[in-house]
Amino acid sequence: MKNTDLPEAGKQDTFRTSLARIPLLGWLIGALVAVLLEHLTGLRLAEALLLPKVPVLFGLVTMLKTPLLIPSSVFYVLLIYILPTFIVARLTRPLTNRLSAGLFNLSPAVSAVIHLGVFYAALHLWSEISDYRVLTVKLTLIAIMLTLSLNLINGYMGEFSCSHPGFMALGAYTASVFTLSLFTDSRMFGTAVFQAGYGPFLFPAALILGGFTAAAGALIIAIPSFRTRGDYLAIISLAFMFIVKSMIENMEVIGGPRGLGGQPDYANLPAVFVWTVLCVWMINNFVQSVLGKALNAVRDDETAADAMTVNTRQTKMTAFMFGAFWAGIAGGLFAHVLRYVNPATFGIQNLAEVLAMVYFGGLNSVYGSIVGAVSMNLLGEALRPLEIYKWIIIPLLLILVMIFRPAGLIAFKEFNVRNLIRPRG
Amino acid sequence: MPLLEIKNMTHHFGGLRAVHDYNLAIEPGQIRGLIGPNGAGKTTVFNLITGIYKPAQGHVILDGENIVGFQPYRIASKGLGRTFQNLRLWRHMTVLEHVKLAQYSKITYGLIGAFFGTPKRRKEEAEIKEKAYSLLKMMGVEHFADQIVINLPYGAQRRVEMARALATEPKILFLDEPTAGMNPEELRQMIGIIRQVRDTFGVAIFLIEHRLRMVMELCEQIQTLVFGEVIAEGVPEDIRNNPKVIEAYLGKEIIV
Repeated sequence: MKNTDLPEAGKQDTFRTSLARIPLLGWLIGALVAVLLEHLTGLRLAEALLLPKVPVLFGLVTMLKTPLLIPSSVFYVLLIYILPTFIVARLTRPLTNRLSAGLFNLSPAVSAVIHLGVFYAALHLWSEISDYRVLTVKLTLIAIMLTLSLNLINGYMGEFSCSHPGFMALGAYTASVFTLSLFTDSRMFGTAVFQAGYGPFLFPAALILGGFTAAAGALIIAIPSFRTRGDYLAIISLAFMFIVKSMIENMEVIGGPRGLGGQPDYANLPAVFVWTVLCVWMINNFVQSVLGKALNAVRDDETAADAMTVNTRQTKMTAFMFGAFWAGIAGGLFAHVLRYVNPATFGIQNLAEVLAMVYFGGLNSVYGSIVGAVSMNLLGEALRPLEIYKWIIIPLLLILVMIFRPAGLIAFKEFNVRNLIRPRG
Repeated sequence: MPLLEIKNMTHHFGGLRAVHDYNLAIEPGQIRGLIGPNGAGKTTVFNLITGIYKPAQGHVILDGENIVGFQPYRIASKGLGRTFQNLRLWRHMTVLEHVKLAQYSKITYGLIGAFFGTPKRRKEEAEIKEKAYSLLKMMGVEHFADQIVINLPYGAQRRVEMARALATEPKILFLDEPTAGMNPEELRQMIGIIRQVRDTFGVAIFLIEHRLRMVMELCEQIQTLVFGEVIAEGVPEDIRNNPKVIEAYLGKEIIV
């Protein structure tokens, strides 16, 4: 356990160092208390501050809609979220430090699971306030999966792939057809084969099937494009995206351009959360193994990688299919969150959004992907009242990031779970 | 039987005859040199043997097996390690990661281990890491282990590249100008390192060099390549006094 970057105990606690000594567990418990507080007093406080309702996304939407309410919104956020989180985290510091030290010494894996549990509890309570919050959280989590899986290809491997919407569509349609035909009475696929009760348990199978379909699509791209390096992948994968889209548009069996609706409501918040955690965990495992580091070697110098016994073609194909697999899973979840898909969703607009999240957050970095996906999603929602100007502000922001941090906000940083959950006292 | 035997290797780039009728036999533990003026085709010989190019004619026999047409990574994992003239390090990776990655072909945990972080993976990666550290220590760069490789001084980068090549557990090590851009002090150290590597691991070494002083001191046998053809071969003393070499390579005056 490294503690060298921490100030010595006994020295005067400045504000910053005192915060630096709070472990992650403390912050999470603080956040949990804050959302509990919102549950209990949020509505009354909002009324007292003359807000029309509880601010849905930290008051940003309210502020842009009616600038007169800016002070109220700021007060709300301060009183409900910021102050309680800080106060609780600071006051429980000795306790949470001892607790996280104990858990860490017991087993880092158990400690990580407990951290996730507390985090999920806070997220769940927060999102329970409104359906809009639930939807935003689900879509943000799916965006994290998409961003991370694309980062694997565009960041870690350094090839430019444009086919993510195509993989997503393959996953979404495969999973939808699976659940619609087996567990529901639908106009298109006839009566249910199994009792609807089995559905939620077989939902993972539907998603995994969707993931494998996407990976099979990736194989079709990978075979011709990984013979050599260069722009081939970008062109072939872009073509693949359009092929998938028009293929679906022309298949009347699955609704054609009208889309496919009525998917059963299996993608609840816990399911999406668990899949996201699984995705982050597996991809992070992969990129930290020697097999995953081979991707970086291929990106930085393929000839040298070859000379150091790395099977470069196999490495690239594996990673590409793995990324596509997770895009397929994300697509399946997406279809079951919105309970409706149509081919127009999986076009160039979707591609631009995912690419923006990858390059905004940072290449070759799990942190970066999470930050990119969350910030782009929340920003997109928060700036909604600005209507058309939203599409000026977000690209401007992206340009600024590209100028000052060409590889993204948090690029080339290893996602170190042990360091994240260690005690800091 | 020699460890590596090359018979009548010939290669063309379009109409240009890059290497013509090249022959070589290296015994285990030997240090051999390949010299020649710029553009003589020395690096091409390396690239032909290591599989980056496929020779138009001829045989490359490693340990009794003809390896012509094999993918470079397969040739490398059969025991043919190399370094590069212009370093070719991976610019975003740390020193330790370089030496760990060069042990790629030894990994058996597969994708399951990579995706799920199995105990087998942890054990193998710990072994790989330990071996990487011992190689870095031998090259005297273990204190740079966690640094990004491009932040290192040039001489240290050369050592990292050597450690990386050794991590592939070669039977023969190909060194493409191992002392390019080094000052006399670093050059002395490099000669020591090459000898040490040969003595510790028993590998044969085949090197391209521009600095004749070093080749003469280090190599047991030297070939001289001019316009893709070997014009002289022998012990350093013979090469030094061969009039053809002096004329083609050194010009009319004797510098050595």
